[in-house]
Amino acid sequence: MSPPLPDTDEIDAIIAPHRNAEGPLLPMLHAVQDAFGHIPETAHRVIAEALNISRAELHGVISFYHDFRSQPAGRHVLKICRAEACQAMGGAALADATLKRLGLDWHGTTRNGAVTVEPVYCLGLCACAPAAMLDDRVLGRVDDARMTSLLAEAGA
Amino acid sequence: MRVYVPMDSAAKALGAEAVVAALQAAARDAGVTLELVRTGTRGMIWLEPLVEVEINGVRHGYGPAAPEDAGAILDGTSERALGPVEDLDWMARQTRLTFARVGVIDPLSLQDYAALGGLVGLRRALGMTGAGIVEEVTTSGLRGRGGAGFPTGIKWKTVHDAQAPQKYIVCNADEGDSGTFADRMLMEGDPFTLIEGMVIAALGVGATRGYVYLRSEYPDAIRVMRRAVEIARKQRVLGADVLGSGRVFDMEIRVGAGAYVCGEETSLLNSLEGKRGVVRAKPPLPALEGFLGRPTVVNNVISLATVPVIFEKGAQHYADFGLGRSRGTVTLQIAGNVARGGLFETAFGITLGEVVEGLAGGTASGRPVKAVQVGGPLGAYLPASKFDAPLGYEELDAKGGLLGHAGLVVFDDTADMLSMARFAMEFCAIESCGKCTPCRIGAVRGVETIDRIRQGDGAAVPLLRDLCETMKDGSLCALGGLTPLPVESVLDHFADEALPRREAAE
Repeated sequence: MSPPLPDTDEIDAIIAPHRNAEGPLLPMLHAVQDAFGHIPETAHRVIAEALNISRAELHGVISFYHDFRSQPAGRHVLKICRAEACQAMGGAALADATLKRLGLDWHGTTRNGAVTVEPVYCLGLCACAPAAMLDDRVLGRVDDARMTSLLAEAGA
Repeated sequence: MRVYVPMDSAAKALGAEAVVAALQAAARDAGVTLELVRTGTRGMIWLEPLVEVEINGVRHGYGPAAPEDAGAILDGTSERALGPVEDLDWMARQTRLTFARVGVIDPLSLQDYAALGGLVGLRRALGMTGAGIVEEVTTSGLRGRGGAGFPTGIKWKTVHDAQAPQKYIVCNADEGDSGTFADRMLMEGDPFTLIEGMVIAALGVGATRGYVYLRSEYPDAIRVMRRAVEIARKQRVLGADVLGSGRVFDMEIRVGAGAYVCGEETSLLNSLEGKRGVVRAKPPLPALEGFLGRPTVVNNVISLATVPVIFEKGAQHYADFGLGRSRGTVTLQIAGNVARGGLFETAFGITLGEVVEGLAGGTASGRPVKAVQVGGPLGAYLPASKFDAPLGYEELDAKGGLLGHAGLVVFDDTADMLSMARFAMEFCAIESCGKCTPCRIGAVRGVETIDRIRQGDGAAVPLLRDLCETMKDGSLCALGGLTPLPVESVLDHFADEALPRREAAE
């Protein structure tokens, strides 16, 4: 189901445009993740060599940030806001109900691989809470009905 | 027929795209030629999607619009009609300086931008010396709108006076605080203002390169800002010859990776350099040793985006608004459980009660207001008894609050305050960069201690207080240092909820 692992030439080509940037690592990691949906193990050596940093150092950076994945996510990523403004509008109950319905914990992926559910801490939609984001699409005032149709759309 | 519909995230989140499609279909059916302009949001989020129709040069609002309203909006019979948008109470009561163009113009039209005062400030700055520019900002009284409230002019002066082969302007657009969305709204609604502000900052301090560190949770803002930088470069607002002056400044948009702590300026700089977003000890100040060890101005989006209007209208004009040492305007973000939520720009000094009861119209649920968290996750929960507090940096501080980025999150009487205190600790534990032990470990212990209180262990309350003191004293940055603020505010103002249940029952 998952695409074949990328080879080093492919990764080289992806990171090449960022080589001369000041502070190139995050742009490189974003580019790799945009291309493969995660940071594959094979990319570590290529990036570490390109920037002359140790693989341990690279691992330290990748693991520091919530965004970077070592494994691919589901076909869609549903982020539900857990922050205060959304809590004030029932966000916690919405998140609990959604996770329970899917039988998942945070960061879990539905068994059919359709949806990964992740917490997010503020989408800047605090005046139309509770908020969520399906892939890059933002959603406000999400209630149970809206969530049901979203999950259906995503094939969960 | 000219029709305006916001493309701001909040409008999209409430269905703006479906409304646009319906308007286009309805116009086709009616045989009307539609000139559709996508704008930012006016900030009246409870009215989004807000459709505006230009009638005899005046923009009339219709909202909140649903796709089925499209036909009636176009033929003028819709029950969603609000009248001229500028005359709505929410708009008429504001002093829109920083947000003057947001919701009004097509964010990616440099022509529209220039037609409404854009680039006037930059042209003026190009005729000034660096020291003169810094002096102007100092005179305006502008203070860091990111939360710390540090005088912007003083920060710029430090960078201006530093000697180095390379200096930088870094815009902190890592707006992670819950209840805040002013940065996002500005970047999506008037990106050239931020760009112009960064160019003026660069001219002031002698920098030639800049970065916007923009959080990944804002995909729409990233798209708009990137496009705006390309346009500005093409039109020579950026590049090797800024507006034909021979001066050099260029900038780039960099995307964060989901770490709240990177909103702290030193961890932001580490992140920008490609490192773990760990906080740095100060000194050295970023103004002297910032990005890549060079003198760097690190300012919030709203601080930088306010610079153009200061240069357009003059520092004194800006400084004439405000209260005490809080000069100019504050961009209030009214959020959470409110009947009317959104952005309201006004002179400092409005009271918390006026905002919550007056502007916001109380809660969305219709229940009584129990608490307002001002200033994001690191701000205090204030009860209704503190509503007389005027919103200014020092004034709110005197009431035990924190103005921060001026986000206000309202809670109704169903809120469980002890669980909000627990969440503050939990959030700190998740987002701690790990450098300072009181933050990294203390936040975890804080969650456990609050759980003990919940289970009726009265001895855990003084322990929690003590832990809060340790976190405040022993953390380098505001995450560990201020997480105790919301926690202690719950103990102070909602003591009956923080008392162990068993004792309370006795």
